[in-house]
Amino acid sequence: MSALLHPVISQISQVILGKQQQIKLTIACLLARGHLLIEDLPGVGKTTLAHAMARSLGLEFQRIQFTSDLLPADIVGVTVFDRESSTFSFHPGPVFSQVILADEVNRATPKAQSALLEAMEEHQVTVDGNTRALPEPFFVIATQNPSHQVGTFPLPESQLDRFLMRIHLGYPDAGAERELLEGRERRDMIDNLPPVISPEDFSSLQKQARTVVTAPALLDYLQAVLAFTRNSADYINGLSPRAGLYLLNAAKAWAFMDGRQKVIPEDLQAVLPSVVGHRLCPMNGYAALPGLDLTQRLIEEVAIP
Amino acid sequence: MNQSAHLSFPNLLAILLSIVVVMAPHAPHVPKWTVAFCLIALLIRLYAGLERRPLPAKPLLFSFAAVAIGGVLFSFGSLFGRDSAITLLLAMTVLKLLEMRSQRDITVTVVLCYFLAITNFFYTQTIFTALYSIGAAWLITGTMVSLQHRARPAKFLQVMRMSGLLLAQAVPVMLVLFLLFPRIEGPLWGLPKIQNSGRTGLSDRMSPGSLSRLSLSDEIAFRADFETPPEDAKKLYWRGPVLWDYDGRNWAAGQRIPLSSFRYDSFAPNLKYSVTLEPHDQRWLYLVDLPSRLPQKSILTRDYQVVSFSPVRQRLRYSAESTPVYRAGTEALPAELQRALALPPDAAPRTRAMVRQWRGLGLSGMEIAQRVLSIYREQPFIYTLEPPPLPKDPVDQFLFETRRGFCEHFASSFAVMMRAAGVPTRVVTGYLGGEINPVDGYLVVRQSEAHAWNEIWTPDEGWVRVDPTAAVSPLRIERGLANAVPDTDPQPLFRRTQLKWLVELRYQWDAVTNAWNQWVLGYTLERQTRFLSTFGFSNVGWQDMIITLLIATGIILSAFALGMFMRLRSNKTDAVQRLWLHYCNVMAARGVVRKTSEGPKDFTQRVAKRFPGLRERVVRIGELYIDLRYGKADAPSEQSTPRMRELRTHIRALYLAASPAGKTS
Repeated sequence: MSALLHPVISQISQVILGKQQQIKLTIACLLARGHLLIEDLPGVGKTTLAHAMARSLGLEFQRIQFTSDLLPADIVGVTVFDRESSTFSFHPGPVFSQVILADEVNRATPKAQSALLEAMEEHQVTVDGNTRALPEPFFVIATQNPSHQVGTFPLPESQLDRFLMRIHLGYPDAGAERELLEGRERRDMIDNLPPVISPEDFSSLQKQARTVVTAPALLDYLQAVLAFTRNSADYINGLSPRAGLYLLNAAKAWAFMDGRQKVIPEDLQAVLPSVVGHRLCPMNGYAALPGLDLTQRLIEEVAIP
Repeated sequence: MNQSAHLSFPNLLAILLSIVVVMAPHAPHVPKWTVAFCLIALLIRLYAGLERRPLPAKPLLFSFAAVAIGGVLFSFGSLFGRDSAITLLLAMTVLKLLEMRSQRDITVTVVLCYFLAITNFFYTQTIFTALYSIGAAWLITGTMVSLQHRARPAKFLQVMRMSGLLLAQAVPVMLVLFLLFPRIEGPLWGLPKIQNSGRTGLSDRMSPGSLSRLSLSDEIAFRADFETPPEDAKKLYWRGPVLWDYDGRNWAAGQRIPLSSFRYDSFAPNLKYSVTLEPHDQRWLYLVDLPSRLPQKSILTRDYQVVSFSPVRQRLRYSAESTPVYRAGTEALPAELQRALALPPDAAPRTRAMVRQWRGLGLSGMEIAQRVLSIYREQPFIYTLEPPPLPKDPVDQFLFETRRGFCEHFASSFAVMMRAAGVPTRVVTGYLGGEINPVDGYLVVRQSEAHAWNEIWTPDEGWVRVDPTAAVSPLRIERGLANAVPDTDPQPLFRRTQLKWLVELRYQWDAVTNAWNQWVLGYTLERQTRFLSTFGFSNVGWQDMIITLLIATGIILSAFALGMFMRLRSNKTDAVQRLWLHYCNVMAARGVVRKTSEGPKDFTQRVAKRFPGLRERVVRIGELYIDLRYGKADAPSEQSTPRMRELRTHIRALYLAASPAGKTS
């Protein structure tokens, strides 16, 4: 583990109990400069995780609560006429921030969703014909409720694709839950979290993560995984080349966090469920079967060359 | 579960198409209700697939099945036998289609298609049948391939290429099976007797019009292959049924009496040849006049017919010899001569009145024959394929009124006149002519070459051939049928010799068909034995054949497997990977098997946990391997060699330390 990242993980772990793996994945996602989607039931700590992450990294944080009457202007900002100076002036919306928590992103209408997702893709927004760059680094951590819940507009595949990872938090185990119940108010804890890494340091870590070596043997493995999803009868569509690139970046970040300068198959396997889970659509019948984790199956079926 | 979960609509279409393709050839020979039944079932399935409707319930299917069984019983009276079994099979296959719910049902249906494709050979075994079946197998295999692509509908061309590749890989095995599968003499499954087979060919009766009807048929009667081609193969008389008994209209063969001792004088070298006879459901074989060496399993009758032991129900190949110029039959039995003179008392009164005058003139048989032939020559007789009907006494009406006839008219009237004049005469039917196929040199004789001629008996010469048709139309003998009859007569298409390219094409096609008959269908026990003996195997029993077959198939499959293995292996040829795999094998022998999807780090941890005593070494091996395989690939030789050496040393040490101590610790 990189010395700079270790405090980040331990600090967040104090707030979100018993979710070490998810926290590591979240950091890997940010290291790989990807956006994160957290999908789970309300109340399992999605917002808390995002919030704690932003505080610990010392980044500017904005939260947008998505509702069904949210308008694009509520996200990107509005231009208003200033009577005193007789000019139009722009009032930036919450999107002009380093870390955006888009809470319950699937409760807004597609129009509002696309305003955010455009910002994610382009790292800029266009208001009244003026293009404005967003701050760097720029992360979106979106949370969404399971799409079968009432009042949701599920994100289309093309927009899901812009998230590097999708993770689930799940219920805490009994011990962690007891600790949670006994512990302090989470809100207070987050408010008091000090930044443990400077944005500049984090930015340099991101650069270092890019330099992790990927040997031909690993690329063979990655390609075998991609080919398997394209030929297998289990999925409606195979993985796109972009998904392959994302997978590689995430695996590099994972290897980097593990303190290695080379990616090994285990790194790929560790990030694979989060990176491809929302990109692969199982064929009819599989989704209905409980306990059959498609991505786990994918890992087991592809031999490491 | 929803049935569409298993079967996408394109795949359903592929299955339906396969079924239609394998069933279509059966349409002409199953009862009409079967066709309707199958079509209805197919349409129901198509509708259910298109509209995503549920399939018919079990009780309904049972009643469908009952209807099918009832229909078969009604049409055939039995569930057994070729036609009824196939009808039942067709009906049950389409019912299976209506019951296709699970993956297993789908597979069963597709495999049934393969079987149905084979059943077509019960009816026909031509090249077209074979090509059609190959096409069907291609399509069915394609359907199978497509069924594996449940996810996305696979591209048609991709699927068919895959299917073709699979079939192509099966070709060597097919050849081995064809060449080595033990042949049984006679058909394997006792071909059922076919009533009303409607096969064209000569019969042992002849009436006015029977041969001229035959002459319109372009079907092949037999093919002959001469060892030394005779000067003019087209002028050979191929002897068939000999007709003795005349009832005033029809000629019949009567009883066949085996010949006990055969004596003849030959004036020309023997013709050696082999004949491939198309099945005609009769027992006689066609040989060039006069047979001198008989095919196997046949006998010669007193009137020199060659009769096989059993009816020819399958294409039969036999070799024989004949002497084209001969004298035979001088020692005829009195009873025979009596039979050759018999005429019904009321037959042909005018003719007999005309001929009776010659009786007292003391003419020899040959002289009388000359007189009769001169009648044909001098009076306006016409040789035609469309003789007018003869409702009255056929001989009288032909000789004195119509004077237009085909060879049976001339042979019949000639025999009646000769018999009335007191010369023993009989009618011989057979074939005259044919053509040499320039492509493969075979003489091809078609049904249209059917001919009838006569034999008269004289004490000195025995039975002598006289062909009255030659008197009227020498061209028939010299240049074949097409040139002898008037242009206005209808003829088989291929006989119209003006279409030169058509003739050329026919020759080519015929040579192909003949090769098919000779080498594929005619690959009998005898040919198989001969083929194997060219490789030095003689006296091969069927057991040896099976063993050879299995070995050869095994070799072929191993070759394919080896090829695949090599391709697989070529991906992991680098030395590091070989060492690692060796290490994995060593560990597997000690009970820790690496899963194919297990990475080196996970595996190392597992091994270390299992063998704590080896921990240090195992961890080092893992590190080295990860370094070598997943690390920077720069400067391979200098950098990696020491590490390679170290890795090898560690693994060897592990291998040597393969002591039980490691396991128990």
